[in-house]
Amino acid sequence: MRYEAPETLEVATALLAGAGGGARVLAGGTDLLIQMRGDIVAPDLVVDIKNIAEMRVLAEEGGHYRLGAAVTGMEVMEHAGFNAAWPGVVDGVRLIGSIQVRGRATVGGNLCNASPAADSVPALIAAGAVACIAGPGGRREAPVEEIATGPGATSLAEGEIVVSFLFPERAPRSGDCYLRFTPRTEMDIAVVGAGVCLALDGSGVCTAARVALGAVAARALVVEDAARALIGSRLEAAALERLSAAARAACRPIDDKRGTIAFRTEVAGVLAERAALVAAERAERG
Amino acid sequence: MATMLKYEDRDLKVVGTRPIRPDGVDKVTGRARYGADINLPGHLYGRVLRSPHAHARLISIDCSAALALPGVKAVVTRDDFPEMPVEYAAAGELIVNFRDVTRNMMAREKVFYDGHPVAAVAATSDAVARKAVRLIEVVYAPLPHVIDVVEAMREDAPLLHEDQITAGVEPPPETPSNVAKRVRFAKGDVAAGFAQADLVIEREFDTKPVHQGYIEPQASIASYTEDGQVELWTATQGHFVIRAQCAKLLRMDISKIRVTPTELGGGFGGKNNVYLEPLAIMLSRKSNRPVKMVMSREDVFRATGPTSGAHTRIRIGCTRDGRITAAEAQLDFQAGAFAGSSVPMASMCVFTRYDIDNVEVVGNDVTVNRPKVAAYRAPGAPIAVFGVESILDEMAREFDIDPIEIRLRNAAKEGTKTYYGPVLGPIGYEATLEKARSHPHMKAPLGPNQGRGIATGFWFNIGNETTASLNVNEDGTATLMMGTVDVAGGSRAAMAMMVAEELGVAAEKVRVLVGDTSSLGFNFVTAGSRGTFASGMASVIAARQAIDKLRERAARIWEVPVDGVLWEGGHARPASSNVGEFEPMSIGDIARVAGKTGGPIAGHAEINAQGAGPGFGTHIVDVEVDTRTGLVKVIRYTVVQDTGKAIHPAYVEGQFQGGAVQGIGWALNEEYIYDKDGRLQNPGFLDYRVPVASDVPFIDTEIVEVPNPNHPYGVRGIGEVPIIPPMAAISNAIHDAVGIRLREQPMSPPKVLEALRAREAGL
Amino acid sequence: MARHHVTTRINGDEIDFLCETDQTLLSVLRDELTMTGTKEGCGTGDCGACSVMVEGRLVCSCLMLGVEVRGKSVDTIEGMADGETLHPLQRKFLEHAALQCGICTPGLLIAARALLAVNPDPTESEIRYWIAGNLCRCTGYHKIVEAVRDAAAEMRGV
Repeated sequence: MRYEAPETLEVATALLAGAGGGARVLAGGTDLLIQMRGDIVAPDLVVDIKNIAEMRVLAEEGGHYRLGAAVTGMEVMEHAGFNAAWPGVVDGVRLIGSIQVRGRATVGGNLCNASPAADSVPALIAAGAVACIAGPGGRREAPVEEIATGPGATSLAEGEIVVSFLFPERAPRSGDCYLRFTPRTEMDIAVVGAGVCLALDGSGVCTAARVALGAVAARALVVEDAARALIGSRLEAAALERLSAAARAACRPIDDKRGTIAFRTEVAGVLAERAALVAAERAERG
Repeated sequence: MATMLKYEDRDLKVVGTRPIRPDGVDKVTGRARYGADINLPGHLYGRVLRSPHAHARLISIDCSAALALPGVKAVVTRDDFPEMPVEYAAAGELIVNFRDVTRNMMAREKVFYDGHPVAAVAATSDAVARKAVRLIEVVYAPLPHVIDVVEAMREDAPLLHEDQITAGVEPPPETPSNVAKRVRFAKGDVAAGFAQADLVIEREFDTKPVHQGYIEPQASIASYTEDGQVELWTATQGHFVIRAQCAKLLRMDISKIRVTPTELGGGFGGKNNVYLEPLAIMLSRKSNRPVKMVMSREDVFRATGPTSGAHTRIRIGCTRDGRITAAEAQLDFQAGAFAGSSVPMASMCVFTRYDIDNVEVVGNDVTVNRPKVAAYRAPGAPIAVFGVESILDEMAREFDIDPIEIRLRNAAKEGTKTYYGPVLGPIGYEATLEKARSHPHMKAPLGPNQGRGIATGFWFNIGNETTASLNVNEDGTATLMMGTVDVAGGSRAAMAMMVAEELGVAAEKVRVLVGDTSSLGFNFVTAGSRGTFASGMASVIAARQAIDKLRERAARIWEVPVDGVLWEGGHARPASSNVGEFEPMSIGDIARVAGKTGGPIAGHAEINAQGAGPGFGTHIVDVEVDTRTGLVKVIRYTVVQDTGKAIHPAYVEGQFQGGAVQGIGWALNEEYIYDKDGRLQNPGFLDYRVPVASDVPFIDTEIVEVPNPNHPYGVRGIGEVPIIPPMAAISNAIHDAVGIRLREQPMSPPKVLEALRAREAGL
Repeated sequence: MARHHVTTRINGDEIDFLCETDQTLLSVLRDELTMTGTKEGCGTGDCGACSVMVEGRLVCSCLMLGVEVRGKSVDTIEGMADGETLHPLQRKFLEHAALQCGICTPGLLIAARALLAVNPDPTESEIRYWIAGNLCRCTGYHKIVEAVRDAAAEMRGV
């Protein structure tokens, strides 16, 4: 097995493209090393992308946050400005593994590992984040929800890397939140995850919303009906019930060691409601 | 021990204080050497090939490709180990049969569970060993499997052992079954007892296997020399028993095997058995190199002892004033692939907290296609007690009796004759209940969806073969060699303290080491909460022997009869003014001149420690239930337990707290999950959910001290009782909080939510 | 493929080692450098027994490649005491009986030190959530939390 740690995207994408599918990107490594140890993957080449400066940036650019795909979870959590702007995304990042794991794990890795239960992904989707992608054919952008296509599978072409995430401008009186359900308080994989991002007008009426669910389908879901249930409401009980019903209706979960279809579906509705309420509270606070 | 001075009459200087444990500095600096930390010059790396099938005939094993891989030095399979006849031996709290031990260590005719060893490889690197394991070609003929205990007891169930006739049934059944053994304990007339009852409640309970979850995976390193001697370092709770088993399995003389126990990274009953040791020795023999073997976490979960999963049926009758008139239990325990679950002990302790005239308990030991179970902290008791304590809670509510009061009305006490035989001596059960009743926790207010539960536990505790050797050094310090492994609870600290108390020196002046199998006589496994009790007794005897010699030497120096010399406060003193006027001599004064007065001074003990004191505890727990997700959070917890005398109270508290948290994990989230093919789905700490720090509150502790009269310092075993009550206590607390009665473990969110929905639907 | 030659700084000392590409930092520490104070409990980042600091950041050494520490600083349990003087956390773990078998202790001490570096006065809850990545099966965490709190107070000079 070869190890390369290029300093530019051009070299990295060329290395990946040239390996004919036998290469893996090494970001935080918290998923890749486990897969290597378990003989699930045996790459000929690992390309460590942490020396590529562009992927390590977390900064505001003209009202938009740009989050490098190789920024670690702990770095995200420690960034005061980003915490203030996108607390829901930070909610998701905070739930990835332990402090130790977040010391290495990256948001780009969390997305590209393509686990349906990845904690940062519903929050990124709800936030409307866009993935900026570089590949042998140049650069392109895609909404985050279009990256993972199923467990362990992505829409990235051979040689393509997610470089960074670009966040929309934060609307006034808007807020976001991500909640997940796990049997333990920490060190667990989401049985259900729910991300909600919404904006309110001066009278507390919801003017825009995005709702995303994790771990209830082969990939994180955008639930437009759930968002519609919120828009125009003041998050009163009836609206929350509609939100919850829409969230449950969108679920296409599996029965596995982490949860049953019935349980996941039921709790998806509960978490969507609770996340919406926290997001609204954050929006009110400004 | 009748001649010993009662400690209660003495002014204790060391016992009952909280000195720094002697193994502590090594453990906080990374110096302590655990199983995987031992290396030998030129050692090879061993790996095990394990069955992916739950049940299959083992048709053939072809190791040629593995042996051809550069760096591979040896491979072992079933062909390298002799057949073993049926022969039983004690190994910790469970009994083993050598015919099965050899088959569990390395499959012979069949594989019986996912993870069952089929071959092992030794190679120059771990990477090569792992690669070699994948090159071994095994042909299996898969068979139908069964992992559920109720299904395994059905007549048409897939049969694991074609020649297994249920033992303990008269006349013996004519056809084989998965029921390996039936035990029965009875007293009085249960039918008559139930007839006297105003209320009879019968319920069924289900529990899944849970794992001890020690953080250190099993690890061993063995060196077999050309003259047939073996040196083995291994992470075990009982190096003498490991030695005996290796000698038997490999047909060697016991004297040829020297086993050194490494620092132990947790055991909880799960490190009483051989797994890697015979394989490492045989690989070393075949390769002529030392061989090191360390399990992966996945190996640990797939192939080492969980405790039994079980189905239990409990029936209790009581009068309107809460007196139990009869109790009946059927306990069906999974043994795993081979006979020998903890069901006999579970059967004996299921009702022993209570003085009941009419009792009948039947226990079934049932083989299923899972790893062979191992002991886990009070083996079987939490499973059995769950149902009893749950039903008592129901009865207390039915008659509006306080849950502690109903237990007090039936509590076992000194003189109670147990239904399995012995009469109980002085015990502290009632004292723990009274202490719990007056604890501020019982009066603390509860919020919405919060509830409180209590439950109690009993464990026998044991003594057994134990040795100790104490050397008084030239400067008056002492070195104690003990033979029971310090399994974490701080027994080296406790030994140092008891010996220091006897000698009249500071605990820091006594260095305690765990001896290897060549340095002391046989010691039984550290199990059954026996370490502080039995090794304590042996250490005190050794110290008193040394003190007698110190007195003799002083008498010789003073030229007085030995009866004229007392040992007091670390000094030899004239027993009275009649003896003469002599300056007291310290232990150092005497030791420094020992060469001139008869040679070095030492004391020894080789005993079979008798008179272990039974342990009882009462737990109080508060939970909060999220009624929309089924999540149960433990918000307050109190452990009250009788310790006899607490030698080092901080480590007594540590046992209470650790046992309670293991019990919380057991109650709420821990379980073995299998797929339809009998493959374990959660062999890792991510999905086998042991509690993390943020899952649990502080665990309050109350030490009750009712001395065990059979021990020089009143010690009872304490390590096991704390894991018994939590499951029942939490179930009772959930009921108190939201009105649902959970009889299936784990009480995980999906089950809680389902029960809540069923209640809402009026089911 | 030849082994990688890596130069790094471990507990302040410049160290170089050879490793395979797929060899973890944990394996390098334990097998190549015989620094066995860092423990392996799971190998998958779920137990925290292998916790070390890399460039001042708390990580699981089982989830990092040896080659990734080239030119970086690594701090392990072996470097925690200052000569004969134990770190206050080490001392408080002993005083509070915050360890039993001790296999999780090196990882917990490294994690706790990392916590106090960023939060000198953590609440009980902050301690519990910070060390949630470090499994302990013996103590029930009670005395560990107390020891960390007490060490924090001492280090603040309270």
